[in-house]
Amino acid sequence: MEERKKLLEIENLKKYFPVKAGFGKKQYVQAVESVDYFIYEGETLGLVGESGCGKTTLGRTTIRLYEPTSGRIVFDGTPIYDSEKKIAVDMLPYRRKMQIIFQDPSASLDPRMTVGEIVGEALDIHGLYQEKAARRERINELLDEVGLNTEHSNRFPHEFSGGQQQRIGIARALAVEPQFIVCDEPISALDVSIQSQVINMLEDLQENKGLTYLFIAHDISVVRHISNRIGVMYLGSMVELAESYELCNHPIHPYTKTLLSAVPIPDPDKTRSRQRLLLEGEIPSPINPPSGCRFHTRCPYATERCKQEFPKLREYGPGHYAACHLLEQQ
Amino acid sequence: MEETRKNLLEVRDLKVSFFTPAGEVKAVDGVSYTLGYNEVMGIVGESGSGKSVEAYAVIGLLQNPGKVIGGSITFEGEDLLSYDEEQMRNMRGKNISMIFQNPMTCLNPVYTIGNQLMEALTCHDDKISKEAAKERAIRMLELVGINNAEKRVEQYPHELSGGMRQRAMIAMALIGEPKLLIADEPTTALDVTIQAQILDLMKDLQRKENTSIIFITHNLGVVAEICDKVSVMYAGKIVEQGDVGDIFYDPQHPYTKALLASMPRLDEEEHERLIPIEGTPIDLLDPPQGCNFGPRCKDCRKICLTKKPPYADLGNGHISACWLHFMDGAVKKEEA
Repeated sequence: MEERKKLLEIENLKKYFPVKAGFGKKQYVQAVESVDYFIYEGETLGLVGESGCGKTTLGRTTIRLYEPTSGRIVFDGTPIYDSEKKIAVDMLPYRRKMQIIFQDPSASLDPRMTVGEIVGEALDIHGLYQEKAARRERINELLDEVGLNTEHSNRFPHEFSGGQQQRIGIARALAVEPQFIVCDEPISALDVSIQSQVINMLEDLQENKGLTYLFIAHDISVVRHISNRIGVMYLGSMVELAESYELCNHPIHPYTKTLLSAVPIPDPDKTRSRQRLLLEGEIPSPINPPSGCRFHTRCPYATERCKQEFPKLREYGPGHYAACHLLEQQ
Repeated sequence: MEETRKNLLEVRDLKVSFFTPAGEVKAVDGVSYTLGYNEVMGIVGESGSGKSVEAYAVIGLLQNPGKVIGGSITFEGEDLLSYDEEQMRNMRGKNISMIFQNPMTCLNPVYTIGNQLMEALTCHDDKISKEAAKERAIRMLELVGINNAEKRVEQYPHELSGGMRQRAMIAMALIGEPKLLIADEPTTALDVTIQAQILDLMKDLQRKENTSIIFITHNLGVVAEICDKVSVMYAGKIVEQGDVGDIFYDPQHPYTKALLASMPRLDEEEHERLIPIEGTPIDLLDPPQGCNFGPRCKDCRKICLTKKPPYADLGNGHISACWLHFMDGAVKKEEA
């Protein structure tokens, strides 16, 4: 098999946020803990997990919108961050290659800028299309690409519906012709009937431009639909990563199994006849996460080893990774 | 059981409008349904379809400038619309309860969970002692699966997690043993694993306490999971209504069909392109003359743009408001 090119490689990435914990004490929210993953060029990697599991933090840290606490990030063969070798490159040229689409379109567009200014700002920062006419033409081209009218460029964000605002956000991300886009819950804030329009558009753009996506969402059905591979996160760590069909049909990590069994399917007979695995308790706090495997407090199969040792992501089938001590023993 | 044959709730041609400075918004425009004892009905629709407004009208919590301008709401043979505020207050919490979408905004942050649960009891029953009310509050919390209930009653809402708060809300809604529970997107703010717990809990309680439930949601998966029958709303009208099986396996209205086709599913075998519903929901300030869904409908005909479609009776309580069902008769007459 031909070796596919890895556009992005992440090794042992950590992101801790300091929090105030009273006088003289220092505590950290361990939002992302020792995550390894990579993304092939031209694919969509989905990230799922419950709120607070660190999927958004991982997405943002991956493109260094958050500065990592430690670890290594390699983009297109070049290390852009390496805590051991003390590499932290200037990100400006890389911002042309890596972009992000945010969850809440109304909050991520400046209300006092027109659509033309919002989309054009990225061009100015990177010194693209400096000639006035060319710049205007480029903006129109981008608006056209995301299904907006060129007249829209003189309007303000509040004049648009949620779906259209998200299209503006996508046009802004596309302006600098990036290779890689982090889509952070891009459709969660949209109405059901609008979601599919945006999903289809993202798929078309990917096909036409050869884009690579990191697609973050809590709706597993959506992630399953759009992704080639899916990573599952729990409390800051990646617990399972596999090709989409494989992950949804043959999950091996206990948490993934529970998560999938909780997703309702719009088919009364099917969804009622399924056996549901229920989890006891709540997600522990990331400020003081459990020792060893972070899932051990709620895992029905946890052993003594799970309480002490943090499980590493290992390959158990072709391209099927999981982090669980129990799988090793089998 | 004689009671099961009667209907608990009958809503007939309900119309609710909001009188805004910009004009009248017909948020609910002629909605009818019946809900039997021990039945779970889902109301599905996008935001702005009027599904919540309709429920607020039933429980008498419509806020200005919203007003019921027509139709009737009959609860166990009593006309709720003729009730004054005092009588409605006696109904609420005792006969009809509601669970809201966001538990954090609906629980009072400065009272303990126990206080808020007990209030629901004491305001309907002067004779109940404080000790007895507290005892019941603890038992109710245990019923909804909250561990350590004795400790929890003394805690404030911020000390509970999201799923726990939603459980407390459910406990509060059910403590008066209502016959009807209105759940307005009770799981939308929750994660799927917590959602699964809450849905199981509601199914369980419904079986044990014989409560009827109106379940408002935009999530078709949740509807498939918990509901006996379904009303699909679009722009203030019920476009299709029927048993859960009929709606999912034999949908007749173009909007229902489009909604089902536009949703990605966890159980899809191969990657199929989604079929989106083009366009955006209508402006309720300026609704179209004909069918509300007409401008976005793939099968839109001439008549759809000029006249509102009547309901077609498809048998077994399955109705759908679409001109396509009348294609052989009515439409040809119209066009001729």
